[in-house]
Amino acid sequence: MSGARRLSRGGLIDRSQIIKFRFNGKAYTGHPGDTLASALLAQGVRLFGRSFKYHRPRGVVGAGAEEPNALVQVGEAGYSTPNLRATQVELYDGLSAQTVNGWPSLKHDVGAINSMFSRILPAGFYYKTFMWPRSAWMRYEHFIRKAAGLGRTPELPDPDIYDKRHIHCDILVVGAGPSGLIAALTAARSGARVVLADEQTQFGGSLLCTSSTIGGLRAVDWVKKMVDELRTFSEVKLLNRSTVTGYFDHNFLTINERRTHHLASGDSDPRMSRERLWRVRAGEVVLATGAIERPLVFDGNDLPGVMLSSAVTTYIRRYAVAPGKTGVVFTNNDSGYQAAIDMAWAGMEVIAIVDSRRSPGTSVVKEAEALGIPIYKGHVISSARSGSEGLNRVELSTWCRSTGELTAHKGMIDCQVLALSGGLSPVVHLHSQSGAKPVFDSHVAAFLPGASVQKERSVGACNGTFDLGDCFREGIQGALAAANVRGFSAIGVDIPATDYKQHAPIEALWEVPSNILDGARAKKFVDYQNDTTASDIRLAAREGYRSIEHVKRYTALGFGTDQGKLGNINGLAILAKTLNKEPGDVGTTTFRPNYTPVTFGAIAGRNLGSELFDPVRKTAIHPWHVKRGALFENVGQWKRPWYYPRPGESMLDAVNRECLATRASVGVLDASTLGKIDIQGPDTAEFLNRIYTNGWTNLLPGRCRYGFMLGEDGMVMDDGVTTCIASNHYLMTTTTGGAAAVMGWMERWLQTEWPDLKVYLTSVTDHWSVMSVAGPQSRAVLEAAGCDVELDSQSFPFMSVREGKIGDISSRISRISFSGELAFEISVDANYGMALWQTVMDAGRAYDITPYGTEAMHVLRAEKGYVIVGQDTDGSVTPNDLGMDWIVSKNKDFIGKRSLFRADTIRPNRKQLVGLLTDDPKTVLPEGAQLVNSPQNSRPVPMIGHVSSSYYSASIGRSIALALVKGGRARMGSTIFAQLMDDHIVPAVVVDPVFYDPENERTKS
Amino acid sequence: MKKDRYSVFSLARNAVNYHQDWAEAWRSPDPAGEYDVIVVGGGGHGLATAYYLASEHNVGRVALLEKGWIGGGNTGRNTTIVRSNYLWDESAHLYEKSLKLWEGLSQELNFNVMFSQRGVMNLGHTLQDMRDIYRRSNANRLNGIDSEILLPGQIKEIVPAMNVSGNTRHPVLGASYQPRGGVARHDAVAWGYARAADSRGVDIIQNCEVTGIRQENGSVRGVETSRGYIGAKKVAVVVAGHASVLAQMGGFRLPVESHPLQALVSEPLKPVLDTVVMSNAVHGYVSQSDKGELVIGAGIDAYTGYGQRGSFSIIEGNVAAIVELFPVFSRVRMLRQWGGIVDVCPDACPIISKTPVNGLYFNCGWGTGGFKATPGSGWVFAHTVANDEPHRLNAAFELDRFYSGALIDEHGAAGVAH
Amino acid sequence: MLEIECPWCGPRDQDEFSYGGEAHIVRPLSPENLNDREWGDYLFFRDNKKGQHAEQWCHAAGCRRWFNVIRDTVSYRIVSVYRSGDSSSGESP
Repeated sequence: MSGARRLSRGGLIDRSQIIKFRFNGKAYTGHPGDTLASALLAQGVRLFGRSFKYHRPRGVVGAGAEEPNALVQVGEAGYSTPNLRATQVELYDGLSAQTVNGWPSLKHDVGAINSMFSRILPAGFYYKTFMWPRSAWMRYEHFIRKAAGLGRTPELPDPDIYDKRHIHCDILVVGAGPSGLIAALTAARSGARVVLADEQTQFGGSLLCTSSTIGGLRAVDWVKKMVDELRTFSEVKLLNRSTVTGYFDHNFLTINERRTHHLASGDSDPRMSRERLWRVRAGEVVLATGAIERPLVFDGNDLPGVMLSSAVTTYIRRYAVAPGKTGVVFTNNDSGYQAAIDMAWAGMEVIAIVDSRRSPGTSVVKEAEALGIPIYKGHVISSARSGSEGLNRVELSTWCRSTGELTAHKGMIDCQVLALSGGLSPVVHLHSQSGAKPVFDSHVAAFLPGASVQKERSVGACNGTFDLGDCFREGIQGALAAANVRGFSAIGVDIPATDYKQHAPIEALWEVPSNILDGARAKKFVDYQNDTTASDIRLAAREGYRSIEHVKRYTALGFGTDQGKLGNINGLAILAKTLNKEPGDVGTTTFRPNYTPVTFGAIAGRNLGSELFDPVRKTAIHPWHVKRGALFENVGQWKRPWYYPRPGESMLDAVNRECLATRASVGVLDASTLGKIDIQGPDTAEFLNRIYTNGWTNLLPGRCRYGFMLGEDGMVMDDGVTTCIASNHYLMTTTTGGAAAVMGWMERWLQTEWPDLKVYLTSVTDHWSVMSVAGPQSRAVLEAAGCDVELDSQSFPFMSVREGKIGDISSRISRISFSGELAFEISVDANYGMALWQTVMDAGRAYDITPYGTEAMHVLRAEKGYVIVGQDTDGSVTPNDLGMDWIVSKNKDFIGKRSLFRADTIRPNRKQLVGLLTDDPKTVLPEGAQLVNSPQNSRPVPMIGHVSSSYYSASIGRSIALALVKGGRARMGSTIFAQLMDDHIVPAVVVDPVFYDPENERTKS
Repeated sequence: MKKDRYSVFSLARNAVNYHQDWAEAWRSPDPAGEYDVIVVGGGGHGLATAYYLASEHNVGRVALLEKGWIGGGNTGRNTTIVRSNYLWDESAHLYEKSLKLWEGLSQELNFNVMFSQRGVMNLGHTLQDMRDIYRRSNANRLNGIDSEILLPGQIKEIVPAMNVSGNTRHPVLGASYQPRGGVARHDAVAWGYARAADSRGVDIIQNCEVTGIRQENGSVRGVETSRGYIGAKKVAVVVAGHASVLAQMGGFRLPVESHPLQALVSEPLKPVLDTVVMSNAVHGYVSQSDKGELVIGAGIDAYTGYGQRGSFSIIEGNVAAIVELFPVFSRVRMLRQWGGIVDVCPDACPIISKTPVNGLYFNCGWGTGGFKATPGSGWVFAHTVANDEPHRLNAAFELDRFYSGALIDEHGAAGVAH
Repeated sequence: MLEIECPWCGPRDQDEFSYGGEAHIVRPLSPENLNDREWGDYLFFRDNKKGQHAEQWCHAAGCRRWFNVIRDTVSYRIVSVYRSGDSSSGESP
């Protein structure tokens, strides 16, 4: 019922169930077990797409990952997926697919006009034209871009999720064909942890479409027996629909498992990931990846109806589809005969087997002759012709191998299907990805695995072993060897009995000769998807592009979504012949991950979105800020309150209010995000002496000090206050963004350079909640909050630290200030952070205590001329540049000190930190604005520095700015100019960077 | 060496006999015994150097030695972004010179290098990013380099596929935008320079690996190669990731480390992204090639590596960044990935310099950003070699800066090192 | 994706480690006695070896110990791993 070409017997499809689907808007039906390609072939569909360059009509060539033509867009809206191969799309009810290339419709393709101009569009024509006029390329390019590209990007975000799993195993077996299955069972019986992965829906590989028997069983029954036994091992992981896509260093491999592709969108649990990426660290890898048949290269070898002989066999045996009524086989080796035998079994009229060799294998000849199929030995198909629905005739010729020419035309044969077998190419992709170099073997006319460089071995067809019995033997031996390396003694598996066939060797035929001038009319395709022809390859070589890499790049050979699985070796051999070399001397290109394309979503996994793309760090007080309506700023991974707007307030309103309240009464800042490193050990002071620019040996317990760290290059790296808790115990604070880097950096010095120092570092950033209470009323607020520490200046001077209680909460209180006000920084166990905050806020109500965010913090510190590392410095700023020589010790060495005395760092005209006051007190300079001596219209304008911080200061009642200016300290009182993005000029006077309370009276009050 | 000019007419003329008569783009000569200048390294920079030595400085006998195939290193492996919006004057002037050369390169070389000025956008995700963007864009403008600052709404108009909503982990707050920036066809740059250099008599010698640098009395005399000794008055080394290996042959060390830099492409798609988009905070950059592939890259692998391979975790982070910025790309599939070897300087700026050996010159340390500099790098290096002193555009890029401390720190506020 | 044998914790995925560059660059004992050239050599100039490379790694997401690795920078094969202060043959100096 599901189509004219569906066989009434055989196949692995479930004829009892009908699946409805749509292709290019038209309704079709198929059965469970079908792929989109098999179901469409069953209904007589031949045209599946258009080629990339000439937009030639194309049909299905293959039956799996090698398919270059039948690319489809599947699904709708956010579920729409581009560029899937119809040969790998499992059918489900309601599936809707469109051809990706073919506009406005597949049958009447406008791009096909390119085909008519093909004579002036050989390989590389782009490079020779589209250059005039000079501005024109973008216009040409616009049309080239429109014509190129395959599927469409979905217009909506992906509703599905993806995940990852990590797995370690003793042996990863890649591919569950005959060699892989028996290798996996052998390994499993040894007790090893085994992962077996196969890209197909079902295990079995080539056994799913063979008529042979194994050990007296039908092949599919033997497969079932194997899989059933594998399932009994708890240490064996079986992954179907799972492609091993990448082989990286140190035996790390990726497996892309497709978990819901085969389900209609409503049929899967939305919590189930659509795909899973397995990250595998394998002890040993057994590659059993099989082989891919090559097409033969002759005029018209791309017509719909021309297929790989292995694909013809697969459609007949596995999917019960006869791809046409009449068929011809064209081969240069024995394996092509199987397609003829299968076509005959399927009731097709097999008109001829055309074998380019004079001496085929006796077994296959006998079998074909028994079916009455005519065999033309020493013949070739020299061209194929099409009717309105693809292939309808092929031209039979004789040829001479030694001269490489056609000798006689032997007539035309009508047929709908032409099955090609140009020999089998072992799938050496993963072997090559592992870093090994495949080697050309002229006996099999293909590349075989070379010497392993990682812990991998190839077995079966991917090793050039094509006889079934030999595949079993290799699979077992490979697994035994791998198990042995991993310390497992394997029992082994008996080699099942198989039919043995006498094979004659392949005789390479890389290109069928033609009697017309190269490049004229004849189109012998090597890469179907990119429309690369044999004459393109020769043209490239003539023009000097002779490295295979040049040829590939010049002709686009192998750059399609199939990555040259069908065409690369033919192309390489054609190049070799052109250059009078052997294919092995031309070399193969290195295979890169992925073996087949992998969904971006699967590579990203769960690491997406506002929560998981990058971890979010929140302070213990965060919920309070949210409730209070704070807007947040990202600082490193932290969320910090930026400002707390009241209803109707602009950002400026809010920041002004927060600043003024702090200066007038009391403000409070959540400072928990500052990096905190607990440092212990008897040599801590000496360590700090080496790390910081200033001296630390005389800091007493209960006192704290501000310090600068430089990189060894002398540039300011981080800053912060470090407290001496006891003579062997210090607590360092760092910038919010720099904490992790400083910690790692200090560990490195300690462990690698100064292992003699007894110093131990612990990151305690998250252990402490810190709030800074700042403003003239801060002392009163703390008292009101029940602080049991004497707070007056005498008993608790500036830059000292006390332990005590605020209410019931044990606290460490520091008299330090980043605001220029009297201030207390209170640190408590993070679990009590919120309680402390509440306590202080309650106590402060009488003083109109005002929470302030990072913006107000920036304004307050800028008023005082305090720098922020990373904002007022940029990796090229020394302490001297900041006017902070007072913090640089003359009496000791420290990291970066020597760099401060290099020719460039002692240069007088370096950029120096200054204050700027704009002539117009209302004008706030943009941060980042460039400064000039004299504004000008011509370019370039010499620049003398830039604005690093700039605010409106409500306390001062005007704008202020900090800037780094060449020779800035010598410019005090002079006017310079900001020449802005829009060429607006803002004059400003250079002033001291301290705008507020230069005597520091408030801080120390 | 005489070649047909490429034109639509020569294409049509050659079509008559099915393209049988095209001349070789470049010859494959055997090396001569001696040259005036030997350029070591057949990437874009080396080929450009050889071309400008012949075309701008009339150096008569120039050979270019390439150990593999021309354009096979970073030239053929990069993500082809071209821009000049650097922060510091020294870099900005050098890259702007390069960009100006790009703008006439197809015509100059008579080879379509497909330079496509589709604009480059550098996203800002934090307040500090936006400060840095203003600083850099303002500096660019004053240096005569086009630059605009875009707000999220304007970004969305140019790149509709991007998620500029505020509710992402690192929201897009704005961007700098250089309309004259864009992409080019990397292979064509190598081939175009090679063809043009060959036309001017440069011997391009492939499969010729330099194994030693011969010196006498502190001056260079020639190079030992896999094809024998070749004499030279001057040797100009421009070998990217292998700079330290060649320096060792010269008897000195360099302030560079070689790292893997990976890149990847998606399957081809219909046009969806017309502009180059780069983000430092979310860590990735992406453009769409004429073929339709999304061309994607990120930062280097942390470790030293000459393997042209990196670690998968870099790819994972890179792809996550791109999907985070472009959620509609989630179902798009990654086709292929690869790696190059980049030589990174401590200040993320190149070395285009004389060396301790007379007559030996090095051009290296371009890190992740060398492709865009190809024409300018070749142009100033040719000047340096021909005159035995740097052009004013590369005077700041001497080796000496690592002793004096006059680094040009493009890591800092420029932020974007790609 | 390297697998690195931390000398304290055993084999772990590369993602757990941070890289520290060339090993055995000793900080000069008296920087003030060096001229700009000597100091610059220490600060910036590296062997950047193609082939066997002694380098520092830190088991940042594990024991947080710095240690040394000899790794081939072409094949990425790890030749040996040893603790800071030990020599590459694994013996204490």
